[in-house]
Amino acid sequence: MPIEVLMPALSPTMEKGNLAKWVKNEGDKVKSGDVIAEIETDKATMEVEAVDEGTLGKILVPAGTQDVAVNTPIALILVDGESAKDLSAQPKAKLAPAPKSAPKPQPQPAKAPAPAATIAALPDVAVPEAPSEEVPAGTEMVTMTVREALRDAMAEEMRRDKDVFVIGEEVAEYQGAYKVTQGLLQEFGAKRVVDTPITEHGFAGLGVGAAFAGLKPIVEFMTWNFAMQAIDQIVNSAAKTSYMSGGQVSCSIVFRGPNGPAARVAAQHSQDYSAWFAHIPGLKVIAPYSAADAKGLLKAAIRDPNPVIFLENEILYGKSFPVPKLDDFVLPIGKARIARAGKDVTLVGWSIGMNYALQAAEELAKNGIEAEVIDLRTLRPMDIETVIASVKKTARCVTVSEGWPQSGIGAEIASRIMEEAFDWLDAPIERVTGKDVPMPYAANLEKLALPSVAEVVEAARAVCYR
Amino acid sequence: MPVAAKSAASEKSTARGPGKDQAGAGAAAISILSREDEIKAYRAMLLIRRFEEKAGQLYGMGLIGGFCHLYIGQEAVVIGMGMAIAEGDQVITAYRDHGHMLASGMDPKGVMAELTGRRSGYSKGKGGSMHMFSTEKNFYGGHGIVGAQVSLGTGIAFANCYRDNGRVCLTYFGDGAANQGQVYESFNMAELWKLPVVYVIENNKYAMGTSVDRSSAQTDFSKRGLSFNIPGERVDGMDVRAVKAAGEKAVAFARAGNGPCILEMMTYRYRGHSMSDPAKYRPKDEVEKVRAEHDPIEMVRTRLIGEKRASEDELKKIDAEVRSIINEAADFASHEPEPDPAELYADVTR
Ligand SMILES: Cc1ncc(C[n+]2csc(CCOP(=O)(O)OP(=O)(O)O)c2C)c(N)n1
Ligand SMILES: [Mg+2]
Repeated sequence: MPIEVLMPALSPTMEKGNLAKWVKNEGDKVKSGDVIAEIETDKATMEVEAVDEGTLGKILVPAGTQDVAVNTPIALILVDGESAKDLSAQPKAKLAPAPKSAPKPQPQPAKAPAPAATIAALPDVAVPEAPSEEVPAGTEMVTMTVREALRDAMAEEMRRDKDVFVIGEEVAEYQGAYKVTQGLLQEFGAKRVVDTPITEHGFAGLGVGAAFAGLKPIVEFMTWNFAMQAIDQIVNSAAKTSYMSGGQVSCSIVFRGPNGPAARVAAQHSQDYSAWFAHIPGLKVIAPYSAADAKGLLKAAIRDPNPVIFLENEILYGKSFPVPKLDDFVLPIGKARIARAGKDVTLVGWSIGMNYALQAAEELAKNGIEAEVIDLRTLRPMDIETVIASVKKTARCVTVSEGWPQSGIGAEIASRIMEEAFDWLDAPIERVTGKDVPMPYAANLEKLALPSVAEVVEAARAVCYR
Repeated sequence: MPVAAKSAASEKSTARGPGKDQAGAGAAAISILSREDEIKAYRAMLLIRRFEEKAGQLYGMGLIGGFCHLYIGQEAVVIGMGMAIAEGDQVITAYRDHGHMLASGMDPKGVMAELTGRRSGYSKGKGGSMHMFSTEKNFYGGHGIVGAQVSLGTGIAFANCYRDNGRVCLTYFGDGAANQGQVYESFNMAELWKLPVVYVIENNKYAMGTSVDRSSAQTDFSKRGLSFNIPGERVDGMDVRAVKAAGEKAVAFARAGNGPCILEMMTYRYRGHSMSDPAKYRPKDEVEKVRAEHDPIEMVRTRLIGEKRASEDELKKIDAEVRSIINEAADFASHEPEPDPAELYADVTR
């Protein structure tokens, strides 16, 4: 029986792709390792290699076909001793189908280039655009992804100030491991967009030294997990030198990159560092959710005379938001944003935590609970005043994040509310967090380890006693 | 420093290096393998190749998620080194680890089931492709942070020295990892205390999209230990005979209490860095050329047939056997149940 070649998933997020080209023709001999076709994914053109030895018996999906779903049979391979007349035989499926509980390719927007198991569990909600005094009335909005917004922010600041440069692993020729620095090398050249060896401790320290000398580095960590190699330079050198030098030495530097769990990349690549850096005096810590905030705050971070930790999120990179079309859109660091107004309970989120909070608010509204959703945006300095003002109105609060519970940002918010608004509270503050375990790899366990919209809804109902 | 380590360190040998041609001399001696060994190597390398191809396929079907780094092209390194070590010697490596696990004698079923995140995987489905361990087989992982395993491997060697147990730890890392600071901190301690560790640098010419030339001031990695007086040798990592020969010398050197040494394995990965890397940073014919002229498995096959030490039929039989082992592993790994939800909180501490 001929063997079916199936349309492969060639990235953690791919659902369908275009069959760009057949490299082998019907009748050609193939052996394992031979490239038989080229497939365009959302990110790149990839080659499909044969795994079996035989003859390419029949091409089922012609070259040029668009949007071929993953796991569609695209060709039949005849094995030893088979001939064209065997093509009508029932093809042997390569493998028996996976059990019910097996991880299936997750449904998600075809354009999302980043692994997105979590976002799949969190379908897009329209973000209610709270009218913002930060954007002049009548400003035209353009839709762009967080990835594009970050890129534009860096490009605009690099045009504005020649002391700004980008340094990190794969930021230049590869265009960024997550394509955030796309096009920067082409526009600004290799002097200002610098590929480094894999030496986080070294290039973070180098960046800090360059900042001492007056340059304005943007240090990209491929992901924040790898910044653990460099945390000494961030904490002991970047954060403290202004103070230790009695204000003589400044360190205007941005450390940025994706933070938090991605999808199925397991314990060493899935963790949220919000609380780690928010703990440190001398640092500013920003964790935006929307593309507009990502852009306006990254521009502010680059201009800020202090070391700024800029925590992005891989799952959010591909998500689109309206962004004001302004020549120079800069947002204030240290100011929260009320993303949705409400009177019954305050939900506090930041970064991808907003994704859970906003959807939970939508759910709660169906049950007559009006949640006020606050996007902290900056974790240090923290705009606790906005949270307190909201809690004085709602008397209830739930915090939402993917980080671990102990000593987390939620714990900090809870104690600040206790200190400053205890008498206004009608219920204990609830924290929805990632579970207190390293991130497991298995699909079912990963899902359990992450917070969910249902958990936020449940916590909100609990504090509302409804 | 513990006393045991000090006493090992006192056995100072003046003849530096595991062989005559130390410190980067190009020509590694090639030992002629016995027919039995050559067939063993053929089969073992093929097992890795087929395993990796299957893993790529399961990834394509959505059964494996996250990052998956294939070892295709580099098989001779772990198999040659595997033939050079003794029972009890340890192995530690990074995330491109499936080959190292199979070479350590771990069960393809258990490895594949870990890749699919099922309960019978080596880490009960909780580690995945990059984080797998088998204390039974002395395989210490499977590490996702580039360079971290170098200090860890040095620490395992420290324990060997401390216990004076005669074991050697093979510590594998990539050309990219070779630029991490902790590598040199480890080199210094390993030489200072004469720890029984062999650093195997798998130079596959790229770290993700960055070629060695673009990342390294000293591209001859066998010389990276020179300022610590650690001898090194460049080895044709595509030739399993050369790997085994160099490995035997290096392991004997380390085991004899002479301290660490470095083997730079000149090798090549055929696939992208991970499943989603289109590998646009290197010309296609670069890959094709290695594949056609230096494939570690084809070279053994051609030699066996050419020298009439094995027949086509004999090798075909091995091919079929290997394929059926791999198919069985894939079938197992796609039908095993996922971990029990209670597993979420198990083993965090003990
Ligand atoms: C500390 C750290 N920095 C960056 C990464 C991301 N990363 C994973 S693999 C890799 C390339 C490593 O290349 P090399 O050491 O040559 O090994 P190879 O992949 O070629 O086997 C990078 C940059 C990481 N996992 N850990
Ligand atoms: Mg490499």
